[in-house]
Amino acid sequence: MTGLALKGLRTLPAQTWGGVRLVPLVRDEPITDLRLDSRVYGGHGIVALDDRTSYFSYIPHGFVASWTSDGTAAAAYGTQLRAPDEPERPPAHMPLHFHRRMARRTDRNRLRFLPLHLSMEGYLALHFGGPTIVWEEWSRRAVTQGLSPRVEEAYTGAVITGLEDALRVFEIHHGQCGVLVYAADALAAAFVVPHPADYRALHITLVNDLYGELIYHYAMLSGPVQDFRARLDETRIRSLADLRAQVRTQQDGWARFHDDLMAGALLTGEYTRQTVHDMGPYRLSRLLPSFERRRENHLAETITDASGVLAYLKTFRLSENQVRRGHLLSSLAASDWHLADTAAALGLTPPALAARIKSAGFGHLLRQDVLDRYRAERRRLTSEGKARRREPR
Amino acid sequence: MQDEDDLVAAEDVLLFVNAAITSTGQREFHSGGGEQGLSLDFLHRYLMGNYRDLYAAALALDVNDHNAALIIRNLLRTSREAADPRAEGRLIARRLEALPPQRVYRLFRELRRAKVNNRRTRAVMRDWLAGRPDPAFEAVKYRGAFKSAVRHIHLAPQGELGPFLFDPHRGGPYATPILSAWMRAHYEQSAIYELPYTVAEGFAAKHGVGRDAFLERIAPRLTRLERLRLQESARGRDVKSVKADLSTMPLTRLASYALSLDLNERARRHDELAGALRAAARRCAGGLAGSWGAVAAVLDDSFSASGSAQKRRRPLAVALACHYLLEALASRYTPLWLSGRKDALMVRPYGATPLGERVLDALETGPDRLVIVSDGWDNSPPGLAGEVLRVWRTRLDPAGACAVVHLNPVYDAADFDVRRLSPTVPTAGIRDAENLVALVELAGFAEGRTDLPELRAHLARRVSDFLKEKA
Repeated sequence: MTGLALKGLRTLPAQTWGGVRLVPLVRDEPITDLRLDSRVYGGHGIVALDDRTSYFSYIPHGFVASWTSDGTAAAAYGTQLRAPDEPERPPAHMPLHFHRRMARRTDRNRLRFLPLHLSMEGYLALHFGGPTIVWEEWSRRAVTQGLSPRVEEAYTGAVITGLEDALRVFEIHHGQCGVLVYAADALAAAFVVPHPADYRALHITLVNDLYGELIYHYAMLSGPVQDFRARLDETRIRSLADLRAQVRTQQDGWARFHDDLMAGALLTGEYTRQTVHDMGPYRLSRLLPSFERRRENHLAETITDASGVLAYLKTFRLSENQVRRGHLLSSLAASDWHLADTAAALGLTPPALAARIKSAGFGHLLRQDVLDRYRAERRRLTSEGKARRREPR
Repeated sequence: MQDEDDLVAAEDVLLFVNAAITSTGQREFHSGGGEQGLSLDFLHRYLMGNYRDLYAAALALDVNDHNAALIIRNLLRTSREAADPRAEGRLIARRLEALPPQRVYRLFRELRRAKVNNRRTRAVMRDWLAGRPDPAFEAVKYRGAFKSAVRHIHLAPQGELGPFLFDPHRGGPYATPILSAWMRAHYEQSAIYELPYTVAEGFAAKHGVGRDAFLERIAPRLTRLERLRLQESARGRDVKSVKADLSTMPLTRLASYALSLDLNERARRHDELAGALRAAARRCAGGLAGSWGAVAAVLDDSFSASGSAQKRRRPLAVALACHYLLEALASRYTPLWLSGRKDALMVRPYGATPLGERVLDALETGPDRLVIVSDGWDNSPPGLAGEVLRVWRTRLDPAGACAVVHLNPVYDAADFDVRRLSPTVPTAGIRDAENLVALVELAGFAEGRTDLPELRAHLARRVSDFLKEKA
């Protein structure tokens, strides 16, 4: 279990537009030896920086580009790191099939993230491979194919009410390396990159990014959110120096308020860290939330350096249903996918657990005869219960 | 009760003037063209319905051409409701003289489309057309619009103009040189260079004349602003003869032009551009140069100063022009760009708007006058500039030793006004930096409780000045 900290980043005042609030994160010292992959820059008509051989580079998860040799579009599968001396190789990717009309519409020279729910599926499939021990209850398909196909609903930023406009009118700060996106003051996503130039290139891609169903509904139903306007206490000001001091306190106050309260659930949450790759001073890891119900749960990918400075962060907020499913899957995984053990750990009977697995949309993982047997058992139990209740009369 | 009404009236008028100076119904950084147009249209109707005399008097102020045309159209449409038709007629006629002809022809077309054809409209159009210095030239340059105007008011054009407009190919040969050039241009390439640029462009396409050769030969016929617009494309094509004389350009246009160049180009021609801007600013300041004492300016070069696709970098250009003008007006001048950049010519719209801190920096220099040029979207943190100015006014400078004024180049459609920083600071809309001095005076009315009789007196003075001066 580990936490997540915005080390090396400073919170600046939020900018609001309609129901969306964007909180900029600024780095005092940009990280220069880890940069967005030059193919991302070069392939999209962005002016490539100087010679990239001395940098580590990264490719964000879900990033669409012509990774393959034949030049077709594909999405990067999982965030990836590359060492400076390593030769260029295509990253792990998923080929994409666009409909003709869609492909014509997409701008060739525009950075974009995977606009489909594939990316989200990818996240979950990366985290859950399916049963690890072949207990007899699991179906053949669950054992051979894991949880795939694993469909999760997510919305692209383009359909989130107001997000596109909010990103358009957002004024990027000098030295800005990250942003936290709030819809109706619910934290939707956090995004951090190592260098301001990377951020400038990727800022607009947030509109092609994925957001959970919760965020979609919040943004649609919410009215405009209020600015946190500065307030000065004039009774304690006698000179310009006092005024300046109060201005400074205001700004520190906002940063504290934001980090403690608004982003509190993200930063104080407990995460299971899975290290994917260690390269030079950088470590790429995936963070799984605690799946504790009725609180914010964010999936995250991070790159941190040896001193714990956060170089890269991308999160996805799970909806309440997804949290429930995640909770179920992680409970199963904790008990090595053994039904009876899991049921005991959750304080349920095995039939009740099977019903829960089915209602969570994982019915196909259990063998049909097992499901039927449990259902019969449950029905018998409930009818017995009813009969017992009827007796005293 | 009377006082209350007066107060509301004065506020309404100032609101309208701010809107009519800044908004052109085009897209802005924060709002779309549709919103701007709707919001502006509402203000026009509201003001005309309630204070018709003041609405007409706005023609004498520095309202932009778009709004001037809109006011004239509305007044003519409802000319029967005028309380003092003569005064209104004089204002309209005077403003039409000041408007660029293409705007006036567009206005005439709109009147025709709206089927406004009352006696006053016909008289106004007839008088304006009669006052044109070279009707034959305009009949060629604005052919369609000219014809529709003549047709609309049943005017019989003089001499060869009648046949030229209504049956051109049977009317010739013409004795008037430009009309005969227009005739010949249909089959003779060399004749197109005797025509105005916009007309010649069409004939050049018809004859398949190469762009380079065309620009080279049409150069003497270009107007001043056409020349400025074509600067960069001519430079790219290596056409030498299209060379604008920067020293005669108006200040804000020049600032817009300078900002349209990329940073390397600006660095290369730094002295030339800065020299031209300074000269334009000195011309603008005139006798007032150096009379404003110590001036500090907070100038907005945040991302929102990039304007929109329709008004590209307009807010930034206004800020840049104000910078040079204030430099000429002040005896001691401290410019503070939001980004902290020192060289004004190298500004580019990027970054957030930490207006509060910058205002504080400016106040620390102890100026006699503080001018803020910004669209008022103070966001880092929001509302800090207003708070700083409020505390400054109430606690640190209650006597008002330092005059603070906020000039805003952007109309906020949602609020029906330019965005204000604080109620304690007068805010005025600005479109061209050239009007800065008059606007600062007008902004004085927005400070505190405005007196309607005083405002009326001010407007009456402006109206009589406006009617006296001749274009």
